[in-house]
Amino acid sequence: MRDVAIIGVGCTEFGELWDKSFRELFVEAGVSAIEDANVQGGKIDALYVGNMSGGRFIEQEHLGSLIADYSGLASLHIPSTRVEAACASGGLALRQGIIAVASGYHDIVIAGGAEKMTDVGVETTTDALAAAADREWEGIMGATFPGLYAMIARLHMHKYGTKQEQLAAVAVKNHHNGTMNPKAQFQNEISIETVLNSVMVADPLRVFDCSPITDGASAVVLAPAEIAHKFTDTPVYVKASAQASGTLSLHDRPDITTLDATVAAANRAYKMAKTTPKDIDFAEVHDCFTIAEICAIEDLGFVKKGEGGAATESGMTALGGKIPINPSGGLKACGHPVGATGVKQAVEITLQLRGEAGKRQIEGAEIGLTHNVGGSGGTAVVHIFGRDR
Amino acid sequence: MSVPRFWRRLKNLYNLIGTRCEKCGGFYYPPRNMCPKCRRNGVIVPFKYKGTGEVVTFTIVHSAAKDYSMLTPYILAIIKLDEGPRLTSQVICDPSEVHIGMKVKSAFRKLGEESDRGMIYYGTKFIPLEK
Repeated sequence: MRDVAIIGVGCTEFGELWDKSFRELFVEAGVSAIEDANVQGGKIDALYVGNMSGGRFIEQEHLGSLIADYSGLASLHIPSTRVEAACASGGLALRQGIIAVASGYHDIVIAGGAEKMTDVGVETTTDALAAAADREWEGIMGATFPGLYAMIARLHMHKYGTKQEQLAAVAVKNHHNGTMNPKAQFQNEISIETVLNSVMVADPLRVFDCSPITDGASAVVLAPAEIAHKFTDTPVYVKASAQASGTLSLHDRPDITTLDATVAAANRAYKMAKTTPKDIDFAEVHDCFTIAEICAIEDLGFVKKGEGGAATESGMTALGGKIPINPSGGLKACGHPVGATGVKQAVEITLQLRGEAGKRQIEGAEIGLTHNVGGSGGTAVVHIFGRDR
Repeated sequence: MSVPRFWRRLKNLYNLIGTRCEKCGGFYYPPRNMCPKCRRNGVIVPFKYKGTGEVVTFTIVHSAAKDYSMLTPYILAIIKLDEGPRLTSQVICDPSEVHIGMKVKSAFRKLGEESDRGMIYYGTKFIPLEK
């Protein structure tokens, strides 16, 4: 296997982008990534697109072809593949791109993700997202995604004494980080009271505990590490790419407060990168709900099980803390265009490792981790990136 | 969900019929036709669950998908059946009464409906055992 590097990144602004279509968003992200990498379109060998539900959100499937075509690449006939794993579609598209380069099948690969979620009403969006859970045994019983994560939160609070204020602290921190990210959907500060006084969605989760509905796209350009310096002075190296599956349904999970797919993917990634959780300087984790970030920092091994709430409250995961989590603002404040999220996480890590993250820059960051989850934990994708090969 | 898809599940949804593996003794609800322990060596047979169990965790859903909006707020819960398996369903009681560890039993109830002219889904929900 060959080592792989990210040589260029691109991302649209995230938000309710009513004047932009799915194809325009993807092309915008892709073009900014290849311009960043200084690569000609004719050099691109393959394209991977992460997307959860084009069929439901824009009534369009066959997105691989659409994206290649509208990127002006149809005449080159390059392979273009749509990748789906619910909210982990982006992370998985990135992983497919990395595997393609590592294996030697392709040299220059674009891995991107895109989701256009605001062309349909909120009930359709809720239902489309619920398709990431088990339709026949969760959805039909009235399970929604906030409902499933609310049940994780309730049990976490019961078992470990996690408090609503600690859940809220995740949202407050991520909104603060979002104020420093010009691409973020929300760039405003909120307080613990904002969260605790917001509308209840699924008790104990309130609307400010939930990531928003977002349009957006992101892309990275991948190349074999040995030629990365031909394109950029600051390649970011892929030290590990790991994926794991778990039970589709939350009720079948051995421990409802542990995403065991995250644990498995993280263990594989740490082994592959010859690192431990202590070596990770910062991470972008899958905070689709505030409780999800608390579980993530526990399941990734940054804190002990049950201590995620207290760690967040103590400032350990804030910018300037021991291990900054979600400097981009995370899914919560940067936004969560489902298929784009996993790639956006890698874009943020790249900017941070290159020292180009502006006001939210983490000084001296050498190793960053991304963590992308599908559904309530049926899929987890963990990547580790470094400034050094 | 489409009519045929729902219809295929009627016996499981109406009567809490799942499966069990005669080889390892594993109980499965929702039903599985591949035993996760024995896989191809398993011997899967239908099994009717008693319908009693306890609440493992729960939430009160205030914002639902479109076929379920008329039910809000409703209690969504993970129930552990006495035979062992866990499932997702609703608990019918006052939201202030539901708690982790609450003993419940199954009851035949309406799950949801597709607008005023569409299909009505029925299935198994849970009610407090004491009542």
